[in-house]
Amino acid sequence: MSASRPLSWPAAIARHAVLITGAVVMLAPFVVMVSVSLKPPGEIFAPGFRLLPVTWHAAENYAEAFTRVPLARFILNGVIVTAAILACQLAAALPMAYALAKLRFRGRGVLFALVLLGLLVPPQVPAIPLYIAMWQVGLIDTYAGIILPSTISVFGIFMMRQFFKTVPDDLIHAARLDGLSELAIVWRIMLPTAIPAIAAFAVLSIVWNWNEFFWPLIVIQSEHLATPPLGIVFFDNAEAGTNYGPLMAGATAITLPLVLAFLVASRHFVEGFTMTGMK
Amino acid sequence: MAEGSLLAAPTVRAATPRAAQARAEAWAAWLLVLPATVLLWLMLLGPVVAVLALSFTDWTFGAPTIAWVGLENYREMAEDRVFWTTLANTVVYVGLSVPISVGLGLGVALLIEAGTSGVSFYRAAFFLPVVATLLGMALVWEFMFHPTVGLINQTLTALGIPVRNWLKDPATALYALMAIGVWQAVGLNMVLFLAGLKAIPRDLYEAAAIDGADGAWERFRRVTWPMLGPALVFVVTITAIRSFQIFDTVQVITDGGPEKSTSVLLYLIYQEGFQFLRSAYAAALTVVFLAFTLAIILTKVVLLDRRAHYG
Repeated sequence: MSASRPLSWPAAIARHAVLITGAVVMLAPFVVMVSVSLKPPGEIFAPGFRLLPVTWHAAENYAEAFTRVPLARFILNGVIVTAAILACQLAAALPMAYALAKLRFRGRGVLFALVLLGLLVPPQVPAIPLYIAMWQVGLIDTYAGIILPSTISVFGIFMMRQFFKTVPDDLIHAARLDGLSELAIVWRIMLPTAIPAIAAFAVLSIVWNWNEFFWPLIVIQSEHLATPPLGIVFFDNAEAGTNYGPLMAGATAITLPLVLAFLVASRHFVEGFTMTGMK
Repeated sequence: MAEGSLLAAPTVRAATPRAAQARAEAWAAWLLVLPATVLLWLMLLGPVVAVLALSFTDWTFGAPTIAWVGLENYREMAEDRVFWTTLANTVVYVGLSVPISVGLGLGVALLIEAGTSGVSFYRAAFFLPVVATLLGMALVWEFMFHPTVGLINQTLTALGIPVRNWLKDPATALYALMAIGVWQAVGLNMVLFLAGLKAIPRDLYEAAAIDGADGAWERFRRVTWPMLGPALVFVVTITAIRSFQIFDTVQVITDGGPEKSTSVLLYLIYQEGFQFLRSAYAAALTVVFLAFTLAIILTKVVLLDRRAHYG
């Protein structure tokens, strides 16, 4: 498109040949995962790979995946944790981003510098002190223990601040003349204008927190509180890694929500992740 | 604090209503930033300071006493062969997976942009691993690496390539994990490069064509590559930072083995800090981990600065 003029047909064929080969490699694990989740053990360990089973074993595999471990509970935990984290991140980040972008107050520069400093820190660095603190206040092995460390997203603050900078001041002045408080401006004026940016951030936050493994592994011990990635590990350990049919059924079940969401709204996902490039 | 901001307000002859308004604005601002600021210190910046402080002590998790031991943890680290193996593994992993996944990401982006058909299918196919739960996919990869029934060895055998038990062989396990890491990272790099390519003004290609840069390679060498410079530095940086954080695949597939051949920094931190409960020593490892991340970012800043000076 941008750099190109129409390709000659040998070049066009070569382009498709290379890209299709690549796409096959990228998609192969997904195909294997679903394929194995449909097969009986005998076929899984048979030489030669067949896409579809001869004898369908899908019902047995998925039934075992959902009964051997509380797989539905893991997915529910994932929804609870991810939704709570996103809500907290937005509740904290939007007012801060608005203040940093639009209000004049002493300490604004320092505060923004702290946000930028926070962007440099990998999420695993605070883990040890956080674990000690959670232990002292009795939050080990609780939902709150998983959620709290992620309630602040410096990336979210930064991203929203950049967005709010582009909102015209007149809009805010008009709202003040109408008698809106600053907090009301955040929720009734800024939030609606920022819906596209919020959607992009929400995609990132949901993908990151649904897939997060390091912190839940540390803070959660009880099976019934496990998030999807942690839950599938409990499953893997329980099965000693040999019962591949149900294991792949479980992997399919925890991967499916995000993959489906991606297939439905891939443009939003790509836009969201492209935003990580604006730092 | 609001009092101070009132005095410091630049409106020298401020009428009282304006001064009152400025004061009200400052108060409102402080109320709005308060929750996020508290969380920022509690959950991120405070713990970073705590990690640094803890690394100079002898504390083990749950111990009743704590003592300042200076650089003792760092000395122990320097004398520990496992630490050096781990660091070497991590550096090899980052050093190889970054150029491969950045190169593949760029190649795919260029190929996708070179034509008009199949764009959204290819973009979706290459991007899918980025959103898929790595932990679930790691289990799938473990099965695909199965020495006899795994798809990988079956494919290689069909192609006449000698096979082995890649994940159980100390000579190859790290590279097998690297394949998974690259598989997951290519899509994000591709998307970032696609954005970078879109940002290159079309005029430049037309100007280059007038100058006689007509072939695809000439256009790439004279326009695309130089214009993509800042995006490239950025993509390399985030890929390096992310691959430095390799953990999930190690934890679930190899446990750092065989023979420590896949022990990486974050995994060692997890073992020392949360399995052996040696909090202070793990904190010192975390400081090293943070230092490497900061070094990567510093390199990026220096590179982009230099470009700005000479470009």
